[in-house]
Amino acid sequence: MMGLDATRVRAVVRKELLDYRRKRSIVVSMVLLPLLFLVEPVVSIFLVTPLDSGSALDNYVVLPLLYMLLIAVVMPSTLAGFTVVGEREQGTLEPLLTTPLREQEFILGKAAAVMIPSVALSYLVYGLFLGAVALFAHRAVASAVFHDGSTLLALFLFAPLVAGWSVVVGMAVSVRASEVRVAQQLGMLASFPIIGVVLLLAVGVIHPTFPVAIEFAAGLLVIDVLALRIVSRMFDRERLVIGAKATRA
Amino acid sequence: MSTFGIASQGESALTDIGCVRLNDMAATATLRLSRTGIVSSHSDRARIWKVEIDGNAVGSIANERTVEIPVEPGSHALRVESTRYLLSPEVSFEAFAGQVVGFSCRPRSGSPIIFTRWLIWLLASLVKHDLWIGLKLDEASSASDGVTSTAAQKSTTRPEVGASQIQSGLDARSASARAETIVGVPTRPGTKAQSALAVSNLTKRFGDRTAFSDVSFDVGYGEVFGFLGPNGAGKTTTVRTLGTLIAPTSGSATVAGIPLSPENGVEIRQRIAIMPESPGLYLRLTVTENLEYFAGLYGLHRAETRIKDALEAVNLADRASDLCGSLSKGLRQRVGLARTLLSDPAIMFLDEPTSGLDPVASLEVHNLIIGLRQKGVTIFLTTHRLDEAEKLCDRVAFLNTTLRTVGRTAELREQLFKRSLVVETLAPISDPDQFFARVPTVEDWRSDGPSSYVLTVSDPKVAAPEVTRSLVGAGVDVLSIGEAQHSLEDVYLELIAEDVGARQP
Repeated sequence: MMGLDATRVRAVVRKELLDYRRKRSIVVSMVLLPLLFLVEPVVSIFLVTPLDSGSALDNYVVLPLLYMLLIAVVMPSTLAGFTVVGEREQGTLEPLLTTPLREQEFILGKAAAVMIPSVALSYLVYGLFLGAVALFAHRAVASAVFHDGSTLLALFLFAPLVAGWSVVVGMAVSVRASEVRVAQQLGMLASFPIIGVVLLLAVGVIHPTFPVAIEFAAGLLVIDVLALRIVSRMFDRERLVIGAKATRA
Repeated sequence: MSTFGIASQGESALTDIGCVRLNDMAATATLRLSRTGIVSSHSDRARIWKVEIDGNAVGSIANERTVEIPVEPGSHALRVESTRYLLSPEVSFEAFAGQVVGFSCRPRSGSPIIFTRWLIWLLASLVKHDLWIGLKLDEASSASDGVTSTAAQKSTTRPEVGASQIQSGLDARSASARAETIVGVPTRPGTKAQSALAVSNLTKRFGDRTAFSDVSFDVGYGEVFGFLGPNGAGKTTTVRTLGTLIAPTSGSATVAGIPLSPENGVEIRQRIAIMPESPGLYLRLTVTENLEYFAGLYGLHRAETRIKDALEAVNLADRASDLCGSLSKGLRQRVGLARTLLSDPAIMFLDEPTSGLDPVASLEVHNLIIGLRQKGVTIFLTTHRLDEAEKLCDRVAFLNTTLRTVGRTAELREQLFKRSLVVETLAPISDPDQFFARVPTVEDWRSDGPSSYVLTVSDPKVAAPEVTRSLVGAGVDVLSIGEAQHSLEDVYLELIAEDVGARQP
């Protein structure tokens, strides 16, 4: 990753975010998905009473975490599928590759542009959930939510890391795919291991204690960095420019 | 004015023709910059330092190298940049026509280059960042050239570039082929001894298929070089190869003075601009947003001014805020052209730049190309429009997987076609065979219609009066007599016909 130019990475990020804002399907999914994931936990938490058992209360506290992490997994895999093959489909990849932009800068810029809104939405939804709990839930329930520090920590640590995994995997698929739709579907499939881990957290097989959160986060970080390097190496200018047609001819 | 010297080397005139363009360099000064000192890092950023004059990147310098960069006479500000935190101080100097001003640059002793880049970034962001590269006036060099340079460390004032760097000469109402005036675009580096593009035995294969084979040619700085050939001849693949998008199978090339190799990809792409056949714009972004994106990728200073100038140069200033998706094909093509102007490249590769443009817009693009040539920008023009190539190109090359020929259009005509006269008479000549046999300067003849004859001659200027006298003497009523003109299209078709003939069993 030596010799990266922050200006070029910033330019890619800015352009991507601008492009997302103008693409209706992305804006709609960015609004609807978090809304759906926000409504259910808020409704659930208001159904809890202080008389419920401790384990039931725990489930209600962990459930929002599951949803927040799902946002961080699902949203990036959809966006990341578009990153490379999308540029190819709309004919913008070749002009882009004629600039001094390096492969790593391209990958890093695209990954950051996918990560930023995904993680921000994840945090926003969780913030809204906590706000609703603080303002409107029963005091005892709110106290249980806010005193579960390990859950809060897990969310803040895991959201960017699981998003990172989804982004990298989605981009790896996008580099090799021939169509955006295929890339998005395969990217989603490749994110299933992370969704599995999230489910294990939700059903209580893995309890998000502080040491578990830290160990899991460290492991994810290592995997994300390695995967990012692998994707950078998969980025073959010649294959992307020429495509399958020219090599067959 | 510039002149050409074309030298054929050896038997193969097809591939070994070198072109030398003699720019009028006497009106410019030269900046000579040398670099010394050891750089421990192997990153490209440490190996190659960018040279900026008046805030514009004009070249680069590798370790232990000396570069010479033509500059306009007057006051300038010089700076050398490694990463955004590894800068030299900005130094002002005065350039005089025909003289040399020399500077040397090196990492400062005890510079943090020995540390990792991350540590440099951390340190440099905490302290003043333009201390890491030393830049000083080379007294010996300047004295020997008699320059009264007034270098001052850390100049605080930089000459402002005029609001209209690129003055559009694209007024279609005065649709003449007058030269475009482009003010403020620095004259490109390069002298008569240097090639902007030097290609030697370049070959690209995709599996069993050969895209192009054994291609060799030189293109001088400031030359407009036409690259012609039928569909599938390998033109676009050649451009992609020279633009570092794809790697050659064999052979070598130098692009803007830099050897073509994957390691040099970034630096080559910094000095060139490629406009593909399809402009490839982001349709949901406005014209300005598209250009801002590319300005960012080139790391351009004063991007706003450059974007404005580029849009004015292609007559699109009034559409700057329009979404690219709302533009016609022709207007999108112009945005693509504006994008190539942004980075002030030494070499522009234009692939069918007038494709989809109406005649007025095409003329505007032609005038723009003429103006760029006058500023020393090398244009590598791929086109199917032979009239365009004939009008704009100093030389043309015909590619049909292998390079068929390269040269000036007039020379190619002479190479391919015997000189001839076309004679039209009021009535057919009774016995033309016998008649033309009596005229010594006529080598051969053929009929080109009932009363039209094409005569093969060695020198039309000598033959025309003699043929006229003979015809009049024989009582033939002559309607017209003149030298047969062969267009570039004739040359093109002749070469293609030769290829087709050669491939038939």
